[in-house]
Amino acid sequence: MKKTLILSTALASFGFAAQADITVMSWGGAYGEAQTEAFVKPFVAATGKPTIMVDSDNPAPAVKAMVEAGNVTVDVASLEYADAIRLCDEGVLEPIDMATLPAGADGTPAAEDFLPGAVTECGVSTDIWSNVFAYDSSKFAEGPTTVADFFDLEKFPGKRGLRKGAKAVLEFALMGDGVPASEVYDTLRTPEGIDRAFAKLDTIKSSVVWWEAGSQAPQLLADGEVAMTTAYNGRIFAAAMNEGKPFQIVWDGQIYENEMFVVPKGAPNMADAMEFIAFATSTEGLRASAQQISYGPARKSSMAEEIIFKDGKTVMAPHLPTAPENMGNALETSSDFWVDFDSELNERFQAWLSQ
Amino acid sequence: MAEAATELLTTADGRPLKAALQAAQARARRRALLLVLPLLAFVLLTFLIPIGYMLKRSFEHDGFAASAPALVQWFAANPDYDPANPPEEAYAALVQDLARMQDEKTTGTSGTRINYSVAGTISLFKAGARAAADLQPPFKEALLAVDKNWARPALWRGMESASHVYTPEFYLVASDRKLTDDGWARGGDKERIYLYLFFKTFLISGIITVLCLLLAFPVAHLLATLPMAKSSLLMILVLLPFWTSLLVRTTSWIVLLQEQGVVNSLLVSAGLIGNDGRLQMMYNMTGTIVAMTHVLLPFMILPLYSVMRVIPPSYARAARSLGATSWTTFRRIYLPQTLPGIAAGSLLVFILAVGYYITPALVGGADGQLISNLIAFHMTKSNWSLAAAIAGMLLVSILLLYWLYDRLVGIDRLKFG
Repeated sequence: MKKTLILSTALASFGFAAQADITVMSWGGAYGEAQTEAFVKPFVAATGKPTIMVDSDNPAPAVKAMVEAGNVTVDVASLEYADAIRLCDEGVLEPIDMATLPAGADGTPAAEDFLPGAVTECGVSTDIWSNVFAYDSSKFAEGPTTVADFFDLEKFPGKRGLRKGAKAVLEFALMGDGVPASEVYDTLRTPEGIDRAFAKLDTIKSSVVWWEAGSQAPQLLADGEVAMTTAYNGRIFAAAMNEGKPFQIVWDGQIYENEMFVVPKGAPNMADAMEFIAFATSTEGLRASAQQISYGPARKSSMAEEIIFKDGKTVMAPHLPTAPENMGNALETSSDFWVDFDSELNERFQAWLSQ
Repeated sequence: MAEAATELLTTADGRPLKAALQAAQARARRRALLLVLPLLAFVLLTFLIPIGYMLKRSFEHDGFAASAPALVQWFAANPDYDPANPPEEAYAALVQDLARMQDEKTTGTSGTRINYSVAGTISLFKAGARAAADLQPPFKEALLAVDKNWARPALWRGMESASHVYTPEFYLVASDRKLTDDGWARGGDKERIYLYLFFKTFLISGIITVLCLLLAFPVAHLLATLPMAKSSLLMILVLLPFWTSLLVRTTSWIVLLQEQGVVNSLLVSAGLIGNDGRLQMMYNMTGTIVAMTHVLLPFMILPLYSVMRVIPPSYARAARSLGATSWTTFRRIYLPQTLPGIAAGSLLVFILAVGYYITPALVGGADGQLISNLIAFHMTKSNWSLAAAIAGMLLVSILLLYWLYDRLVGIDRLKFG
């Protein structure tokens, strides 16, 4: 009985603590660290409102569970774009009024300053990240340059790393098969298109090492387990900068998407949460984030001046998915497509894997 | 004599002895119950209620039924309609509901509910709901002009099924059935996955259990028979990995077994295999089995050890002195006495293995996936009902095995330590 008392007291005091602070839930790792440095610390310094960052390996199910249980302890959460749309449609998220977002540093209203699609009914973009492929430049005299090279086992022998899941892999396969970025989703909507994507994956299936957690991709490259691998571009950048790995990113065929800040319905500090989002996604906030990690800001005004990495010398522009020279053959993830077909295509993908 | 038998025995204060005894026992039982009450409440709150709630979700979903009252009514009144060609009234009810969904912001919930059995409907519902308020009769033509997919028989079958709050749909999907234009049918060769994964999960768990038993038996025997000082040291070696993080142990196996890993490099430098012939021991079923066997080994060793420790060595000595060979002694004297430990360890390892998630996710590669990985996928993609249905099927099959086990071995012979 005593134990239960202690436990419930501890839980209750935790509840109080959570109510006093603004709680931001993000993905942890290098990404969560970057958001703490770029958003949380400056916000506390500017407003004096205590704000804490909590980690989750995917905030979306946590937010949904909290709202359904009627016990929301998180004020702001960082979600993938498709999840931000889907949970908004399911009524789990609070709508965000574009008019409350600050104008750019140059005075451009928020509605024009943000890139298209970066502000949705319930979410505001914090950065644009990308699925790219990377290789170890010490392993190839002349490295791969196009997405088709990834699937060319003769010209570039060696194992390939791919994320174990349908999303971004099927698009990647179609682009590797020569489908232009603009036609990828139209192709995927047809049964023949899906077959074509899997047929392309069949050509390298026996040489693929599948990874699941984002940190596995650079690890596979570092261990020499694979000659090249798809990865989140920030992870490769971090390995190259912080650990001096000779990793090279190929931007051809990159698949990028916005990461969104959202407010769950019934957040305990609603007004503060909105203030935090406005602060974090201001011109300066997004710039500060891009100084920490190589994900691009979704405001044009944030790119107006050169962004320098936190080491004080590396110019970020060439490392960002949004840099014009990296956007030559780039595809934006279609959240419409994936909210509709994620489940079905993943079943198909799992069945294909086990064949 | 007959008189004496009917006369009741009484206590000093004149109460019947039987009643007094019962009252005293009831008091003791109540006190005992009070002692276990916190645990009971804990189990109920943190275990039974969540599991019950989750199982309820596997056959209950009101996402569509609650936001489409007109269609629910129409389906109830017309059970014999033709899904291939629903009449105008059905379309009128649908348009009315779509307009209502747009007002009440329930489009996403309804579309998601239908999307569970008919892929591609979330955006269909969103577009339909946006247009609904402006549509004029005849509604069938008007709605089909927005998107011709509204006429799909599978969609109408899906809506009819979703108009019931209670549905077996999620269990059908979890047994590889697909909702087609002609009703529920077995999925195509390229789509079937769940039953296969169930089978594979049980097979791999069985292999792991057998491997654990083979490896643990000698170790446990050694632990039970060595002198105290040595057996404590050995026990620490058994427990040390047990106290190490699961992720660390899994990652260590990756370091050891991957293609450029320690084991392969040793074999290459010893000249046993060529540099091109490096063995593929990680990111496949081999990797899953090796890593999981190691992780689960202590759960087999400990119950075995606790049973073997109390087996008197004199039995085996007696058998030998009566002329039994060492094999006969083991088979007829020692092994039967360790059975409760074998049973407990196997059950523990098997049930833990069936639900394993993180190890197969990290080292499983293409063919080392287990059913729990798909449960996790549907949890994160917010199809909790399907995740609950798969988990429910897993739970039922484990309970079935448990029942079978009880009939064959007897649960009272189980000994955990």
